[in-house]
Amino acid sequence: MTARAPYAGVAIAVPVTEPYVRYSIRSAHWFVASVLAKLLQQSGLEKLAIDGLCVSSFLLAPDSAVGLTQNLGMSPRWLDHVPMGGASAVVALRRAARAVQAGDADVVACIAGDTNHVDSFRATLGNFSQFARDAVYPYGAGGPNASFAFLTDYYMRTTGAQRADFGKLCVAQRDNALSNPLALFKQRLTLEQYLVARPIAVPLHLYDCVMPCAGGEGVLVMSTDRAQSLRLPYVNLLGAIERHNAYPEDPIQMRGGWAVDRDDLYAQAGLGPADMDLLELYDDYPVINAMQLEDLGFCAKGEAPQFIRKNTFTTTGTMPLNTSGGQLSVGQAGAAGGYLGLVEAVRQLTGQPLGEAVPNARHALVSGFGMINYDRGLCSGALVLSRGDA
Amino acid sequence: MRTRLPLLPPAHRSRVALGMTAAAAEGRFELQRCAACDAVQYPPRETCHRCLSDRLHWQLVGGGGELISHTSVLHSHDPYFRERVPWRLGLVKLDCGPVLVVHLHGDVAPAPQRLRVGAWLDRAGTAVLVGLPEKDVPNMADDRQLRELTCDPKFRKVLVTDGKTAVGQALVSALAQAGADLIWVGHSEPWKHVAGLAAVANLPQVTLLPLDVTNARSVAETAAEIGAKVDILVNTAEFHRAQGIASRHGTEVARAEMDVNYFGLLRLAQEFGPAMRARAADGPTSATAWVNLLSIFALSNFPAHGTFSASKAAALSLAQCLRAEMQPAGLRVINLFPGPIDDEWNQLLPPPKIAPAAIAKAVIAALRDGVEDVYPGDVAEEWRARFRDNPKVLERELAAS
Ligand SMILES: [Zn+2]
Repeated sequence: MTARAPYAGVAIAVPVTEPYVRYSIRSAHWFVASVLAKLLQQSGLEKLAIDGLCVSSFLLAPDSAVGLTQNLGMSPRWLDHVPMGGASAVVALRRAARAVQAGDADVVACIAGDTNHVDSFRATLGNFSQFARDAVYPYGAGGPNASFAFLTDYYMRTTGAQRADFGKLCVAQRDNALSNPLALFKQRLTLEQYLVARPIAVPLHLYDCVMPCAGGEGVLVMSTDRAQSLRLPYVNLLGAIERHNAYPEDPIQMRGGWAVDRDDLYAQAGLGPADMDLLELYDDYPVINAMQLEDLGFCAKGEAPQFIRKNTFTTTGTMPLNTSGGQLSVGQAGAAGGYLGLVEAVRQLTGQPLGEAVPNARHALVSGFGMINYDRGLCSGALVLSRGDA
Repeated sequence: MRTRLPLLPPAHRSRVALGMTAAAAEGRFELQRCAACDAVQYPPRETCHRCLSDRLHWQLVGGGGELISHTSVLHSHDPYFRERVPWRLGLVKLDCGPVLVVHLHGDVAPAPQRLRVGAWLDRAGTAVLVGLPEKDVPNMADDRQLRELTCDPKFRKVLVTDGKTAVGQALVSALAQAGADLIWVGHSEPWKHVAGLAAVANLPQVTLLPLDVTNARSVAETAAEIGAKVDILVNTAEFHRAQGIASRHGTEVARAEMDVNYFGLLRLAQEFGPAMRARAADGPTSATAWVNLLSIFALSNFPAHGTFSASKAAALSLAQCLRAEMQPAGLRVINLFPGPIDDEWNQLLPPPKIAPAAIAKAVIAALRDGVEDVYPGDVAEEWRARFRDNPKVLERELAAS
């Protein structure tokens, strides 16, 4: 296989968030537009200077990124639409970085935004995919809860993980969220509260599940030269992987595409798991955190429970994880959920965290996971980022 | 418990996925198998996931498999399931390959666990997969989730529209044995002594009542009296004479056949349909099913019984309409397609003929198994196979017989 070319000279800058709300009467278009407005405002760029656009959203239909160019009055020379849910940010970044390297675009706005009406979550579930409509929705599973309940049940049985192990991750992320003014959950969560919360789909209980909400996230991708001339703090992209429908022969998803490609990721980055100062893992359910800790090489397969018991995962503790609170404590704003970790990592590495700072953060690992098409998530990916002056 | 609106589970399927429903409607568990590479696949799709061939056939598959994982859903976004949680689901690795999400019977022990999977029609009339204990357990049919998929006559109130016939009487006995709470048995000429009716009337569950399906007022009065209580209606009323067109003068016999076999069904459907639809959501002993005694001759005309065949073809068409109208309420319409029944009207036909008791047994099984098209007995099975194979060839074969 051809060696992966480095992402040299690519800068990721201007992490912005359209604050999350539980429900909104606005459309997804509004959230994308307001993220773009923030990107312009904070970069000082004119709208026409943004000549690349990459959009992710579940609820833009019947529109796509194409319609948004007219909607937003843009004339980009590079356009992409990445409908990959929780893997959107990782995939968008890989593509945008290559576009900038190749000179196909100078400045790419990578944006995810979604709204949440009272009934939109249910409506989305019913139309998520052909397989979901034919083979999951008729069973009352109501979205990914049942799929992750299957996985969590299996994971606990085969690894010896306890609910308290997952609870520890949820409680740590909540601690991290307490200093983030944009997190929807503002109250401390105790392990006791986690354990006694009402069951949703056994063995999943309330605090294992994310809360759907509305919001938006975005960053700009450009050359490091451009970022420097604009005096924008930025991060470098050291490595990036994506994989779809990994291990299709596995009867249940006990590993994701990360396990296929992680050696490439670290080789490309010239770093290893031990070099990461913070982890922004895709966390729609805590079992996925555990799986990623294993598949991304932080511990051996099946040993995440022991790894969890040995670390604090708090922003100023050991192995800082989902330092803004993650989706479990900030909320899941549709496709923007896939961007939450990226935007937080860029904030941390550029010294502008919303809440508590990870001390001396130089390298971050950001992962994505998305699209429960039938019985498993199909898209997985990860990025290794470094502080711009590193 | 609050009164339930007739909510249904999500019914929308892609066209290709309806292949599973077509098989389940006749009681078979079929999945797509690739003719090119022999792969079995699920969920259904239009090409083979392995070799990309589009030569996919729905074929019977073994239901054996392993329960990998399971959950009990306590929160659903779907209104039908929201009213019914907790709801048990399983993830199954079928021995023949695919991984399935299934409704999980309450007696299947926690994973890992051997089990068997079958396809059943749900309340929306669309096939779903169910994981059952590997071996039968006592009172298996009483499982709350399974009962949502079946129309088990146990604990239910049934109307058999005509108790004068051998089939009607066999059905009454079978329903009583199957645990029906109450069985109303119609007889059109109460003053007439009918062989066998007295024995049936002596069953403790049975109440005789006058009912003449050719008389609109009689049907309306009966519906007014018991229509709001009937959970299962079994229409056994039938008028049957031999002969085709040339051997008989006039239209009198044909009219009589149509009046019972076609208009009788129409009258019953108009009078009993609305009340049954209204009660389809009444919990575990709701109105649940409507059974029509049709004939294998409804599929293709048997000239020796030509006008009878025509009346049954008309009834089949009407029954499809009835099924479409009952479906939104979650009521199942079951059509029976027996070959010649061993009764007085088929005396001249050579065996094999199906015994009334065998038909009754098939009805009970269909109610329990959630099947909607039933071809009881060897003759019906063979006719169905011939019809499937080539309806035009069958037409010629019947003309020559
Ligand atoms: Zn094939």
